[in-house]
Formats: sequence, C-alpha cells, structure tokens
Amino acid sequence: MGSKYLKQTLEQKISNGEKLFIPYIVAGDGGLDQLEARIHLLTAAGASAIELGIPFSDPVADGPVIQAAGSRALQNGTTLKGVLKTLQAFQEEPTIPIVIMTYLNPIYHYGIEAFARDSADAGIDGVIIPDLPMEEEHILTDAFKQAGIANIRLAAPNSTPDRLQAICQRAEGFLYAVSVMGTTGVAEDHAVEVKQYLQQLKQVSPVPVLAGFGVANPTQAKTLSDCCDGVIVGSKIVELFHQGEEAAITSLIQQSLYSDKTPAHDLS
Amino acid sequence: MTTYTMPTKEGKYGIFGGKFVPELLMPAVIELEQAYTEARNDPAFIQELDNHLRQYVGRETPLYFAENLTKKWGGPSIYLKREDLNHTGAHKINNTIGQALLAKRMGKQKIVAETGAGQHGVATATVCALLGLECVVFMGAADMKRQKLNVFRMELLGAEVRGVEQGSGTLKDAVNEALRYWVRHVTDTHYILGSVVGPHPFPQIVRDFQSVIGNETKQQILAASNKLPDAIVACVGGGSNAMGMFYPFIDDHAVRLIGVEAGGNGLQSDKHAAALSTGSAGILHGTLSYLLQNEDGQIQEATSISAGLDYPGVGPEHSYLHEQKRVTYTAATDEEALAAFQLLSKTEGIIPALESSHAVAEACKQAEKMQTDETLVICLSGRGDKDVEAVQQLLRGDNHGE
Repeated sequence: MGSKYLKQTLEQKISNGEKLFIPYIVAGDGGLDQLEARIHLLTAAGASAIELGIPFSDPVADGPVIQAAGSRALQNGTTLKGVLKTLQAFQEEPTIPIVIMTYLNPIYHYGIEAFARDSADAGIDGVIIPDLPMEEEHILTDAFKQAGIANIRLAAPNSTPDRLQAICQRAEGFLYAVSVMGTTGVAEDHAVEVKQYLQQLKQVSPVPVLAGFGVANPTQAKTLSDCCDGVIVGSKIVELFHQGEEAAITSLIQQSLYSDKTPAHDLS
Repeated sequence: MTTYTMPTKEGKYGIFGGKFVPELLMPAVIELEQAYTEARNDPAFIQELDNHLRQYVGRETPLYFAENLTKKWGGPSIYLKREDLNHTGAHKINNTIGQALLAKRMGKQKIVAETGAGQHGVATATVCALLGLECVVFMGAADMKRQKLNVFRMELLGAEVRGVEQGSGTLKDAVNEALRYWVRHVTDTHYILGSVVGPHPFPQIVRDFQSVIGNETKQQILAASNKLPDAIVACVGGGSNAMGMFYPFIDDHAVRLIGVEAGGNGLQSDKHAAALSTGSAGILHGTLSYLLQNEDGQIQEATSISAGLDYPGVGPEHSYLHEQKRVTYTAATDEEALAAFQLLSKTEGIIPALESSHAVAEACKQAEKMQTDETLVICLSGRGDKDVEAVQQLLRGDNHGE
C-alpha cells in the first residue's frame, strides 16, 4: 500500500507494454453506498488505478460536469470523513491503487497529519491537490512521508522548463500532466504542442506520466497515451455514471486501453 | 521599535497568505510578481499612476471634519476620509487604475474581473474604457438581478458582463468563475482582483495601490490637527479600503486601528460575513486566511445587507494583523449599518455606501468611549447612491411591520 505500491503497480503495467487508464469519479455522487460497486466496476473494466474526487464547495480547477457532480455529492451529505470511513468499511478491498483528488481546504481543516494517517488506514495510496503548487507543498511533506502516501504533482503545458524539471524531481507515484489550458471537461483536439510537452515530460520524469483534462473518448485517449504512459478521464466517466450508462464506461475503458505491441493506429 | 515588513518574499503574512493556485496559473502569478516589482521601482510608472489618480480619479480626496457628527456624538473630533468622492464613487478605482496600467505594462490587452454589487466591476470597466482594454466581468446571477443598473453601467462602459449561476450566484461564485476564465485565457489576459485577497502578489498589490488612502490621511490629519489620530475605523469585507487606510499607520502604535466586519443578522446567527470574528483559518481563492467554513471544510455562504462585504473570506494580512492584535476587528449588524446610513445622511448630508455605514456604526460606539480632545477618522469608502433603492425597500418593509 502507499506511494511505492502505486508507482510499482503502474510501472509493472508499463513494463508489460500496457498503457494506463485512470478513471475519475466524484465520491458520493449517486450516494456513498454506490462507491464500492463503482470501484469494482471500474476495476473489472481494466482501470489501472482510481482517482476519487472529494467534493468541494469551490472547485476552481473543475469544469461544469464535475462541479455539478460535486454539488450533488455535497447535497446528499458527503464529507471527507464519510468517504474515508466508507473506504474502510468496504467488503472487498480494492485490487488496484486508489488516489484521492481534493482541494487543499478540506484536508487542511481535517488536520493534515490526521488526514494523512486516516487516508493511509483507509487504503489510499496517493493524493492529488490541484491548488497546491510546489511552492506551498511543504505544508504537508512530513505528514505524507510519515504516512507513506504519495503527493501526486501536477504539471501544466505553460509551466516553464525549469519548473517542469523541479516538478519531475519531486514526483511521487505518477505525474499528472494537465493537457489543456483550462478546467476539467471536454476539450477539442489536443494541440501538437501538448503532444510535444507530454513527450518531454516522459523523457525527464522518474515516474509514470499520465495526461488528464479534456480526455473524453478512445481516440483522444490513444492519441495522448502514444505520447506518455496513459490517461486520466474524469468528466466523461462522471457524466456516464450520472446517466446510468455503466456499460458505456466499461467500453470506453476497454477501447482506450491498448498495448505498445499493438499500436493505436492499427486498432482504429 | 521594529518596522513592519510584511509580506515576506514568499507572499506570507505570518502563516497567512501564499499562493495556493493550480500550476496552470503559477506562470501568470510569477509574471505578475516580477512585473509589479519592476513597476513599483520605476519612477515613470509611479508618475503615470499619480497623473491618473489626480486627473482622472480626482485625488486627493478630502479629509472632512464632520462638525455636526462631532457635536452630535459629543466625543472626539470626527473626520471622514471621503473616498466616496472618487470617480465611480468608491475607493475601488485606486486599485483598478493601478492594475490596468500594470496589465498594459505586461502587454496584456484583455482584462477579467469579478464583482459582487458591481462597484469593482464598474471601476474595472471604467479604466478599461479609458485605456482601451477588453473587459469581461463575472457577476453572480443573483447579484445581477439585485444590481441591474450596475450591469447596465458596465455594459455602457463597453464591458461584457457574464452571469454566474453556480453556487449561490454571489461574489464567491463570481471569483471562482473569473479564476476559471483566467486559467483558460492566461496568456493574454490579466485578472484585476478587486480586494486584498487571492494568491500573492494580489493582496500586496491591492494594498499598495489602496494605501494612497492612508498616506493622504496621514498628511491631512497632521495638517489639520498637528497630531496623528487616536483611532481609525474602516469596514472589512475582503478588506481593501481598510488595508489601504491602515497600512501607513501600522508602525504608529499609538493609533488604534479598528476593522468592522459585516455582522448580518448578528454573530450568534448563521447569517453574517464576519470571517475574523467567528471563522477559522483555511484556504480559499489562492490564499490562507480566516474563512467561514463548516466542520467538513466546505466554504459557507456569507450574508450581509451590503453586497460589498458579502464574502466568506478576508484578506490574509487582516488575519495576520488580527492574530498580532495590531488591529481590532469588530462587527456591525445589518440593523446598525442601516441606522448609520440614515444618521450620516441626515447629520452631514452625505449618503454613505452600506459598506461604509458599518464603519460609521462602529465609530459611534468608539466615540462614546473617547475624549473630546481625541480624534477619530472614519474611512468613508464609498457613496450610497447605489444602495438608495434597496434601503428604501427595507425601510418601507420596516414601517409596514410596525
């Protein structure tokens, strides 16, 4: 469990020639009692790990789909404490890594040390915090090290080369490469520069590189996966769960996954 | 005696402040920091800003001796710093003109801003018209309904006003949406944040541009009474007029500084905007500061009669000055502000903004405890024309209830 397990699990798949696919879901959207079933569905579909979003009142990095899902989750009473308790009470432990995506305030208010400890106890392997740039990350470094959970860093297409290098040097678990200049959600085709940026990150990063933001279909997933180690898909998965289109989620994941040995362009 | 040097180069005020923003915004925040450091040391920039403040904004504003109010209260000499006499009717333009000049200096031709009641939006749209910048203003849908005239004003000035339906459709949600817009357009757009909140360097930039209020006040009060004031009162939402007023006096320890938050229906109720009086530390909109939040760390809605104070956070420097006990923070309720609104109108012939009325309400309480040879300065941050209609409705409602 923890940071090492996360990195090793993903690296194992990469060394087998597989591309990675991490679906994002909002904890509590549809009710926390759905969480275990959803994680098992995503696991069975072939997800490499799961990114579990903690709803927040002011999600500035998120687009409309995830904002709406977060509001639904908050309205039905979802709390960070409740999510961690639910994870601990799962009947079957997840068989793939689980990472949390949360804005900083809920964990700051929870108490960073208590959060790190309780997350580790709940089987969380890493945490993605979109409003915590490296300048401020010292606020949780010790607590996360102590608990053995990864602080998963984000890189952006407009990060300067020296920032990208510094981010890569600190990277734990995997690197979350934001692939659009914007918020989460559906994007037009990704620009050539984004592909170059992913390839550059791939060259310098000591951990797997996954592209996220604006990935909504197997074609986009494959195009980006070609430049790095895989993709994170959020808004589309959240939307499909909300619409009850679970079969479509399975097929989106399966169609997006491919092995290096059978390149994407041969499949399509 | 030590000299006040906040913020640190990391943008911290003690534990408060910092830059808690997505990586996508870090290049812009760093660029702004560099541009501002250069600008504030460039005599040509300072000259240009000064010219605009004099010729366009109409500074300096008077420090008016309120003789009628002084007599009525029977305590200290009361002075009003007349920020209501600025172009566009409030202190907001001190900051927007500075930031718009900074945007031009950075080669950014587009501006995004948030607004609550519309005062900052109007002040932003105004300077964009003056300097030929494109302007998009985000405003909560609920606020747009309440402040139709300000929406039209902004449009008249050439700005595009976009309604925000998310959340409660008020200022906090408008900030969220302005930040999202800035993320998407960061390469050619500058975000003119309207208060001493947000990621570093915004709290510092806004404070510095607003400190013209305190600097003028200091010179004017010395000229008028040959001594520094005994106390200064200013209202605090995000806290830009207060920070601008207080900052030049921070090292003058004999001057009591009092910030007044919006007490809404009372601090015992859950309907107010008093982050410092009742909140706890947390992170919102890029900064660590006092916040109204629930036990799960979700940000709560603020409530106030005055849209300009209706924000669940407060500037990080206020949080620091609160913990250092250099500034005393109190709260005035809606009812007290409404009474002060009428009092100043009738006593001095000056209709204050509802925001500023909170400061007047607290000044009344302070005056009771002060001597006749003392002086008290009230920062009159804006004029009340924008509030007249709302107040009319409230007073009618009160009368019907009797």
